[in-house]
Amino acid sequence: MRKLTLAMTGMVSTVLLSAQAFANEAAGNGLPVPNQSWEHLWDEIILDITIIGVIMAVAAVIMLVKYTASSPDEVGTAKELDSVQSIAYALIPAAIFMADDFYLAANGWTVWNEYRRVPENAMEIKVTGYQWYFEYEYPDGTTTDTLVLPHNQPTVFRMTSDDVIHSFGMPGFRVKEDIMPGRITYIWVNPVEIRETLVQCAEFCGDEHSLMYNTLSVVPQAQFDLWLAKMAAEG
Amino acid sequence: MSTPTSTAGHHATPAWKEWVLTTDHKRIGVLYLVGSMAAFGVAGLMAIIIRLEQMELGMQYVSSGTQYNGFLYFHGAAMILAFLIPGLTGFAANYFLPLMIGARDVAFPRINAFSIWLFYFAIVLALMAFVVPDGPDIMWTGYPPYSVTTAANTSMYVFTVHLLGFSSILGAVNFLVTVIYMRAPGMGWNQLNIFVWTTIAAFVLQLVFIPVLAAAVTLLLFDKYLGTHFYDPSAGGDVLLYQNLFWFYSHPAVYVIFLPAVGILFEVMATMAKNRVFNYKAAVYPGIWGIVAIAGIVWIHHLYITGMPDWIRLGHMVTTLLISVPVGILTLSLWGTLYKGAITYNTAMMYAASCLYLILLGGLTGIPLAVPTMTLHLSETSYVHAHFHFIMALFSAFALFSGIYYWFPKMTGRFADGGLATLSFWLNFIGVNVTFWPLFVIGKEGMPRRYWNYEMFSDMTVMGYSFEQYQTIATYGSWVIATGMLLQTINFIYAAFAGKPASLNPWNSQSLEWTHTESPPGPGNFGDTDVVVDESWSPYNYNKG
Repeated sequence: MRKLTLAMTGMVSTVLLSAQAFANEAAGNGLPVPNQSWEHLWDEIILDITIIGVIMAVAAVIMLVKYTASSPDEVGTAKELDSVQSIAYALIPAAIFMADDFYLAANGWTVWNEYRRVPENAMEIKVTGYQWYFEYEYPDGTTTDTLVLPHNQPTVFRMTSDDVIHSFGMPGFRVKEDIMPGRITYIWVNPVEIRETLVQCAEFCGDEHSLMYNTLSVVPQAQFDLWLAKMAAEG
Repeated sequence: MSTPTSTAGHHATPAWKEWVLTTDHKRIGVLYLVGSMAAFGVAGLMAIIIRLEQMELGMQYVSSGTQYNGFLYFHGAAMILAFLIPGLTGFAANYFLPLMIGARDVAFPRINAFSIWLFYFAIVLALMAFVVPDGPDIMWTGYPPYSVTTAANTSMYVFTVHLLGFSSILGAVNFLVTVIYMRAPGMGWNQLNIFVWTTIAAFVLQLVFIPVLAAAVTLLLFDKYLGTHFYDPSAGGDVLLYQNLFWFYSHPAVYVIFLPAVGILFEVMATMAKNRVFNYKAAVYPGIWGIVAIAGIVWIHHLYITGMPDWIRLGHMVTTLLISVPVGILTLSLWGTLYKGAITYNTAMMYAASCLYLILLGGLTGIPLAVPTMTLHLSETSYVHAHFHFIMALFSAFALFSGIYYWFPKMTGRFADGGLATLSFWLNFIGVNVTFWPLFVIGKEGMPRRYWNYEMFSDMTVMGYSFEQYQTIATYGSWVIATGMLLQTINFIYAAFAGKPASLNPWNSQSLEWTHTESPPGPGNFGDTDVVVDESWSPYNYNKG
């Protein structure tokens, strides 16, 4: 019982400590970069499941080889478990799995908060999905069908759809959220890298679902201002 | 008696009538097997076409996006609703559950017959998707508003679901009553085969949750054809209502598939390892029933990117992660059944062994998806597609194949094992790995699902290779699977008529379907003497002492 308590305390402490590690991701503008935290969390979870998988796989292979019958009449020699063993073999694995689950949940929760808490200074872009393109409306009212974001300017997308369910996906930012008629959903990004990446529709919406995508460019602020002015002028 | 005979007794009933009019659970089981394997074949052909199209960027083989979407719709709907569920709960449960509990048939044989014919009518209706000009293109999930506004025929989807759902609900009532009231005298609950327990659990899930799916699709039918607005926000409806109703059933549905598959593995492995089930009560109560208890409160993980309130997304993160506890306990019992066993290898055992690998891959790759943060990116990518193929398509289908090889001598009096069986096993096993591993890799980088075009990724490389190269490898894998499955089907058909003859209990199993029946079991299953057991009897009585 004491050993179990100690083990549980140890596991809970590990959970809380490692959750801390995700809480303070920061970058050029001092704000969290959710897609980087995502990669951290991915590495952690993949390591976790790889360890479990390797242990179980090795155990399986060893048993499949070691316990091969040497004659066709041979029978297994496993003993029936008594009640204490029965309960132990259920409770102890359950405790281990649960501890692992809470560890993953805590880390997942921390990064979730990064994804859902929009910084105060975020620029808002309104997104409307149509069959089969996205329309972007910048804060000054300019509407475009490609997306350009200024470097280091956190941006929140408030989104809806004009017709069917679409999904606003930015794989390069490790995020997407469905957009639906009658609802407004949101996601935000912190574009700390100058790069060109993609927006793609991620919810089946009909014949041209595979063609509903556009580029997303992260550019220096000055270049963004020029671009936006040009888009506004074009009307 | 289970088959009608003429009053004069001089004319034998024609063979076709014996099958069409049968109320015998074993014949109905075979009808389910044939129907589900036929669905598997057609849906598999769809997969070959889909994979062919995905091999290169752009459109090469299909004539339009809509046509591609039609193939995808049929593939998903048929594989889940017409192959896996009927194969595992229709065929395996029908043929073997009554035998395992010492019953002469199910509680309601005529309702059982009604169930199989509903299933067959549903398959015909589903296949009509290829005959009509406006076959459904709404994916097996059928989300509105698209499924309402599309020109395609959504009603075919709805009525197929109605027929299959009705068939399953009747089956659930039948089998639950059968197990509760028709066990052999002396057979206590803790003496049941694990396969019987998993089948009961699957049918409880079907009984409780199918009505919700029925509601989801019926309201869809009303919206599209009767002008209602359940899912139309412009008139007070809500699109998310459908998804919640749909997934409230469709998540438990995966356990309707998973649990009987695991049950089959327990039967095969206990027999082939000549070993008792490890920690039987833990496998049944916290394991199987733990899964059933939590199955109904995790569905939001299918809606992680839909803007549902944060509190429910996080709440279901916790429940989804926690379902790994009963799954883990059940899996541990499966592993433990090998411990100190004496394993002999046949084709069934080879499939069972491969399932140990597939359950790890399928189950563990679900863990990132349990965390909504991860799913914010992984949703609708090939990562999800590969995950559910490993656990549903591969693990559950391979478990079903294991069961078919295992029970083949009981159903036909002949072995299906042999060179062709072994060859097709290896082709299938290698093929599925070659097909689905690449999809994990490109899925993580964002390769979307339900896309025939992925030109937007033409510049992207992962570990030095383009998306197209990964897709090409996956397509080659699909050809290996197709070859393996074709050879396996030929083998089953050939072996049924000309396979090596088998004794009544070639695997020396202790389970009732082997110890007390002919091959195939005759009408009434057990001859003139009823089966009676005592408290020392167990279907896993292998170990001395």
